[in-house]
Amino acid sequence: MKQSRLINVLFVVPCVFAFIMIIIIPFFFGLYYSMTDWNGVNNDVNFIGFKNFKTLLSSPEFLFSFLITVAYTLINIVLVNIVSFGLSLMVTSKLRRRNFYRAGFFVPYLIGGIVLGYIWQFLLNNILVDLGNMLSIEVLKTSFLSLPHTVIWTMAVVNTWQYAGYIMLIYVASIQSIPASLMEAANVDGANYITRVFRILIPMMANAFTISIFLTLTTSFKQFDMNLTLTNGGPATRFLDVPVKASQLLAMNIFSTATANRMAEAQAKAVVLFIALLVVSLIQVSVNKKKEVEM
Amino acid sequence: MNLNHMAHKPNRTIKLELVLLEVLTVLLFILFMVPFGMVVVNSAKTSKEIIFNAIAPPTSWGQLAVNVSLIFNNPTVDYLGAFLDSILITVFSLMVIVLFSSMCAWVLVRNKTVWSTVLFMAFVAAMVIPFQVLMYPLVRWMRVSGDFLHFRLLGTIPGIVFAYLGFGSPLSIFIFHGFIKNIPYELEESATIDGCSRGRTFFSIVFPLLQPIIVTVLILNGIWIWNDYLLPLLMLGSNGRVQTIPIAVTAFAGAYLKQWDLILTSTLIAMLPVIVLYLFAQRYIIKGMVEGSIK
Repeated sequence: MKQSRLINVLFVVPCVFAFIMIIIIPFFFGLYYSMTDWNGVNNDVNFIGFKNFKTLLSSPEFLFSFLITVAYTLINIVLVNIVSFGLSLMVTSKLRRRNFYRAGFFVPYLIGGIVLGYIWQFLLNNILVDLGNMLSIEVLKTSFLSLPHTVIWTMAVVNTWQYAGYIMLIYVASIQSIPASLMEAANVDGANYITRVFRILIPMMANAFTISIFLTLTTSFKQFDMNLTLTNGGPATRFLDVPVKASQLLAMNIFSTATANRMAEAQAKAVVLFIALLVVSLIQVSVNKKKEVEM
Repeated sequence: MNLNHMAHKPNRTIKLELVLLEVLTVLLFILFMVPFGMVVVNSAKTSKEIIFNAIAPPTSWGQLAVNVSLIFNNPTVDYLGAFLDSILITVFSLMVIVLFSSMCAWVLVRNKTVWSTVLFMAFVAAMVIPFQVLMYPLVRWMRVSGDFLHFRLLGTIPGIVFAYLGFGSPLSIFIFHGFIKNIPYELEESATIDGCSRGRTFFSIVFPLLQPIIVTVLILNGIWIWNDYLLPLLMLGSNGRVQTIPIAVTAFAGAYLKQWDLILTSTLIAMLPVIVLYLFAQRYIIKGMVEGSIK
């Protein structure tokens, strides 16, 4: 008995130790630092209360970053889920090469955000612009990344390219778990394909929608890698009479604040990101769960 | 399941619908693959050729070999070193994550105490904490505790592997936990009666049974660690002794501004290992991703 208790402790210790060192301790330090004047250079850190948070609320640059992150997240939730649901219908259809297509649509997910940011920067700034010049298409002649009102949408399209294949797999698994007899019965009753998708398939897949929307929401809200290499925050624009960066999402705003050695302020922004993400995802999951029950 | 079961329609309509669906799917498939095609095509050009025409096929595919050797023999960025370091970091991190998370999850499942419940809840709750809250306090904490333990945690492979264990174990423990719950306890009991120690019971009876779920854990963590950028950047530095592929790619892009021949070739080399692995293990990867996301 004593020996097996020792084994228990030994088996748990590596993970628990790493967990405490890497997540728990930095987390509480993080909460504390957000209420200090930590600047990353000076070694003594002084407690200053909620001053950093007050600065944030009156900073147009932070508010703008927050707003475009919310906008970007909303666009992604709609775009990614529509595209990936459509793809999941395609790869579960009667098409002979459906497994090949399914494998292909997933490939972009394997490419990291850093790498795909450069690839799409090239596609959008060079290939599309060249194409526009070649075929004399006015809209394509200026890169979508260089205009403040198109850049967020463009990033959402790139993000959809990356994530749609992954979310598609969740929908595929859900479709395959629905008994085929249900759809066939409706078919015999004379319901056409569109009706069957909306009346039977989608209600039966409510759980998959909850998961997919949650995943798109959290990943979009924390987006950093692709943001850094695709746009680096640019182009410049104005918000509340202050110059801001048109595509600098929250995570990148935190990063650039810290790079400027305003560590405590960056930490306060990160805490705001954390709380916002927590509140929004809790609301999303509870609303979706309620819908699941109703359906 | 069969979505296009059109029992009531004449054969010709079914065929037409299927053809239209095939055309739409193929078009989307091409759209998804174009970015990769453009990377390959332009990796086989000189910088001048790209500026002149980014869409045209390369004049000589031999240029691809020239570009690749330019990347590997570059004096400013040690790409080969970064490549090897990335492999070491990913492999070691996956090994410790799989081993320690499964050990921990097993103890948490098989011992119904207050402690095991509290620990499991803590791991699950920690998954909602965004990396942005932890990253700067973590770096400072790693420096302080590394000094204290006389063991360099920043800038070394063991240090970052330890960090990946901390960040990777919550989700991995969660996934293993769900799987181990469904393994009948009788198997272990009979081993104990036969005089098998607790430790040996795990390694010779439970661990081999985990094989399918280990694949899931390897894939989920592997894609993340291979492509991860921020944690290596903060822990290893952008010009430290140990580097990773994403850092090397950004170093290239930073050093050779807009020299797309080099940047694109470096992204091509960065994504090649993952894509080759995917081609061979596609079935397992897709299955693993689905299982990981639904849990």
